Amino acid sequence: MKEFKHVIADPLGMHARPAGMLVKAVAPYASKITITAPTGTADAKRLMALMRLAAKQGMELTVTVDGADEEKAAAELQAFLAANL
Amino acid sequence: MKTGVGLPVFPGVSIGPAVVYRKSERTLPVSSGDPAVEQAKFDAARETAREQLTALYEKAKVELGEEKAAIVEVQMLMLEDLDYLDGVAMAIEGGAAAAIAALDTGEEFAEIFAAMDDEYMNARSADIRDMSHRIYDILCGNVGFQLPEGSFLLVAEDLAPSETIQLPREKILAFVTRQGSSSSHTAILARTLNIASLVQANIELEDAENCEILAVDGFTGNWYIDPDEETMAMLKAKQAEAAAARNALEAYRGKESITKSGKKVILAANIGCPEDAEAAIAGDAEGVGLMRSEFLYLGRDTLPTEDELFEAYKKVAEIMGDRPVVIRTLDIGADKQVSYMGLDKEENPALGLRGLRICLTREEIFRPQLRAIYRASAYGNLHVMFPMVASVWELKASKVLCAKIRAELEEEGIPTKEVPIGVMVETPAAAVLAHELAKEAAFFSVGTNDLTQYTLAVDRQNAKLGEFYVPYHPALLALMAHIAKSANEAGIWAGICGELGADPKMQEKFIEMGYTELSMAPGRILETRKLVCESEV
Repeated sequence: MKEFKHVIADPLGMHARPAGMLVKAVAPYASKITITAPTGTADAKRLMALMRLAAKQGMELTVTVDGADEEKAAAELQAFLAANL
Repeated sequence: MKTGVGLPVFPGVSIGPAVVYRKSERTLPVSSGDPAVEQAKFDAARETAREQLTALYEKAKVELGEEKAAIVEVQMLMLEDLDYLDGVAMAIEGGAAAAIAALDTGEEFAEIFAAMDDEYMNARSADIRDMSHRIYDILCGNVGFQLPEGSFLLVAEDLAPSETIQLPREKILAFVTRQGSSSSHTAILARTLNIASLVQANIELEDAENCEILAVDGFTGNWYIDPDEETMAMLKAKQAEAAAARNALEAYRGKESITKSGKKVILAANIGCPEDAEAAIAGDAEGVGLMRSEFLYLGRDTLPTEDELFEAYKKVAEIMGDRPVVIRTLDIGADKQVSYMGLDKEENPALGLRGLRICLTREEIFRPQLRAIYRASAYGNLHVMFPMVASVWELKASKVLCAKIRAELEEEGIPTKEVPIGVMVETPAAAVLAHELAKEAAFFSVGTNDLTQYTLAVDRQNAKLGEFYVPYHPALLALMAHIAKSANEAGIWAGICGELGADPKMQEKFIEMGYTELSMAPGRILETRKLVCESEV
């Protein structure tokens, strides 16, 4: 299992668009990916669940990736979050 | 040619193609009883929805820009959401028809988002509903409401305020409704837009649907489907005559409204939304006597924010400049309902929690509106008035809140101006207590529609009661005389913003009573100024 943290830089927080892009980015991976915010935990492959976190700028997200392709998935996801959120 | 009659609500002649607006009468497909079949139906509908949204997205990107297109994109993403798809699959497995499963699951999620403590996420519930309604509509074979390219006459059984607000007003030549009354919202909108319109028309929607040309004579109340040559010539002549009469009134543009004996009257406009302020200027209004602020709350899924309200009021204040603008605070309830406020269904909404009563019990609704009004006050000459006042304490409590809000804004460094606070006199209690209210209020404006309804105990939405809705009733006129007298004695002004203020048979009488402001549909101002200037009173 891989785990890393990301602090939200986007002033709008995890709004619908980056959440949707995130879902698309992780869809190809078989690993189970969960995102934990101070407001709750969500499956990164589920858009509405991610949006329901209502995660705001400055909140720290803990991302866990668990599965056969976890190395690659975690690396890609980390890059994605740095670029888009 | 077919012909019939209705109750005319604005004079004039309109001729053009007809569009029939029907409330979505969808045929709900029942479940086939086989979950696998229903799931396949849902999957196919979702594919169609995806195609529709993709096309819409491309169109929006070109015509409206990336930002507006992103709204469509969000719905495309939601269409792929696993939680939504799982929810639908479970409902179908449980025996639901595909259409119902799509709709109910969407509603479940919409409610979750609406209940979140996050304004942005609250607004997403509308996206979810839009998305699930799209699938639902596809499954029900609903083609939606198609509008033609050019202008048209709109025919409907009846139109709710939330429906009229979504219509492209600049394209509508006339409203023809089978129901409604002369004080219903369709009628009010017709008068604001200066378009000949009929309510209670005996027209068959099928006939209107199949006609080439529909004509409405707003002078006589007649309607004609595919008029013959002779009728058409008569209507065209009338149309030209009406245009000539309108031109003749132009002589009164820019003039003061003063009677021959020297009584000066302010002729103001009733408006619903900021765009109407342009109509007020075009009609040569000397102010806005009534801005029905609830229209900013209709036709949407969430409360408008303070900033949205502020922008709307600021726009009106700026358009009207020095001219006074009277904003009536939110008057929701009775015939104007909004689901998102979570108001209980009432046995008797006209006597229920409405107008100022909602505002005084729900400060979270009232406060943003008052803050927005005070913020906008710096940009023009704003007045505020409260609807449905029945007791002096209600006015006092609202004034305390106003003072508090103004002080707050000053403290925040936001400029405000003095906003005169008045009462919309529309309950018999307020009319009888006018001499008491006059000590606390800066002005009165009589809402004759509700005052008539409450004084005579006649429901104004009930078409069958037409003959009992008597706006010239002596009881009403006695109240109106008392209101004007009380205002004059206290040294405040009194005006009329109900339909009666625009009634040429009554205007001289009101001026005699001591009313110094009449507020009406913008299109009526010039003809009223002519009447005032020619009057001896």
